[in-house]
Amino acid sequence: MGMSSVASTPSTGSIARTCIYVVLLVFCLFYLVPLYVMLVNSFKELEEIRGGGMLNLPENFTTAPWSSAWSTAQIGVQPTGLKPYFLNSIYMVVPAVFLSTMIGALNGYVLSKWTFAYHRLVFGLLLFSCFIPFQIVLIPMARVLGTFGIAGSTWGLVLVHTVYGIGFSTLFFRNYYEAFPTELIKAAQLDGAGFFQIFRRIMLPSSGPIIVVCVIWQFTNIWNDFLFGASFTDFDSQPITVALNNLVSSSTGVKEYNVHFAGAILAALPTLVVYIVSGRYFVRGLMAGSVKG
Amino acid sequence: MVNNKFLSKSTWQQILPKIVLSPSLIVVFAFVYGFIIYTGYLSASNSKMMPSYDWIGFVNYSKLFALRHWKIAITNLAVFGTLYIGICMILGLTLAILLDQKIRFEGVIRPIYLYPMALSFIVTGTAWKWFLDPGIGLETIIQTWGFEDFSFRWIKDRDMAIYCVVIAAVWQTSGFVMAMFLAGLRGIDDEILKAARIDGAPAFKLYTKIVIPILKPIFLSAFVVLAHMAIKSYDLVVALTNGGPGRATELPATFMYSYTFTRNQMGIGASSAIIMLMTIAAIIVPYLYAELRERKSD
Repeated sequence: MGMSSVASTPSTGSIARTCIYVVLLVFCLFYLVPLYVMLVNSFKELEEIRGGGMLNLPENFTTAPWSSAWSTAQIGVQPTGLKPYFLNSIYMVVPAVFLSTMIGALNGYVLSKWTFAYHRLVFGLLLFSCFIPFQIVLIPMARVLGTFGIAGSTWGLVLVHTVYGIGFSTLFFRNYYEAFPTELIKAAQLDGAGFFQIFRRIMLPSSGPIIVVCVIWQFTNIWNDFLFGASFTDFDSQPITVALNNLVSSSTGVKEYNVHFAGAILAALPTLVVYIVSGRYFVRGLMAGSVKG
Repeated sequence: MVNNKFLSKSTWQQILPKIVLSPSLIVVFAFVYGFIIYTGYLSASNSKMMPSYDWIGFVNYSKLFALRHWKIAITNLAVFGTLYIGICMILGLTLAILLDQKIRFEGVIRPIYLYPMALSFIVTGTAWKWFLDPGIGLETIIQTWGFEDFSFRWIKDRDMAIYCVVIAAVWQTSGFVMAMFLAGLRGIDDEILKAARIDGAPAFKLYTKIVIPILKPIFLSAFVVLAHMAIKSYDLVVALTNGGPGRATELPATFMYSYTFTRNQMGIGASSAIIMLMTIAAIIVPYLYAELRERKSD
């Protein structure tokens, strides 16, 4: 986004410009307030939150809600905290991201450089799979996972996320490789290089940016998934989003807002860190995800 | 080229790409299109707790549309979808235009607008659930500022709770829409703008007559993305209101889940999923078709 603005020069009056800055600032607050609320209240004692003043800084600073959210809070029937579920999410997300990215790279390579009759239709059908409401696959998927004996397991979720991740990862690589000069591939073929050699020696080395985009996109989507996690797991294999929802919405006992906020930040932390570290690639993925490549 | 393999090298090289692609195709066809057909079949069966294959025709669909629960869900989707898409577009475009005025600190402001997109809807739901809670959240905050009569209990109010879902969803996605419009603004050809300025067009006219019409494709992309997100909305409602109070914020996605998995009405659940799919397909298919065709003509 380093291109030039529509506005030529800041020629508008200084009052108008002040107004613009005020509006922009107000919206900064709008977007930041929920994060701020979660953060400050996760360091407060419960009494302090109940007494009002949600926007105030903690009077008695405490890290107890964090250790509770991480290791002792009641999730479902077990007082385990979110830790085991955080690990479940990691065990789920790492293989699923790796597999869907690999497969997407190969598919994108084929669909851009080794095209065949109806390749556009095939791509369209793959692409449509990104947009289906996943409610449509819940019932048959539950049966398939049961038949394979991986219902209620992390591997089941890895399979589900890999399958439904292929559409987007193929989209990323296909659009990226389409702009890649075909002459280079023709030349390599004349030199006797085969399908995989060209992929490994020519395509992959120049795929760095799109691999980053794809990994970030898949990581964010899979980490943040709730529907599949809630549908296909049992208590031991739930991902963190499902565990967080159980923590927050459990109807028994006192509502420990401070623990809920600490838990919510824990669940948000990995994707937030990825966003802060590589926001540029995250935005690129979002843009490509809206199909305009 | 000499080759002692079963196939000559060139033939092998021709079918290899197809072999590489075919596992994905088989899997996607089975897990997407096969599953759609299976769910379609169940929607015409008398499945209750478990799938059953007794064909009963369109009974589930007529039952579905007679259910008050479903009517609430689709009315809510209409209200939520319209406001969500409308507000995100207006807000996104406005913020993009404002940010495009050679703003200092743009590099700081842009990521602040966009970071909610990286969060899970469950996290967003949790944050807003307690922030909008009358007991500890916004109402209490403003009351402690001295406005003791201030009341804000939408999230507990059957008629207003759906607007809380809109607020949280707009918070999450509007920054993304802003980024789409901003990219569009930055992509406009300078020459067109220069010409308009030389003609002496005032800034406001420049936007309404020239810039916004050029951004038409972005409106379309944003609409498609937002509409399909609205129809799929599930997590946010679960975390924010869990469909309540009562059934006040029930949406098709939550309806489908509860009828299929907790109320043992799988046939009706499947038919609601088919309706969701058809709604999304009506928006997505023409869009994808146009996008892919456009590329062909390049």
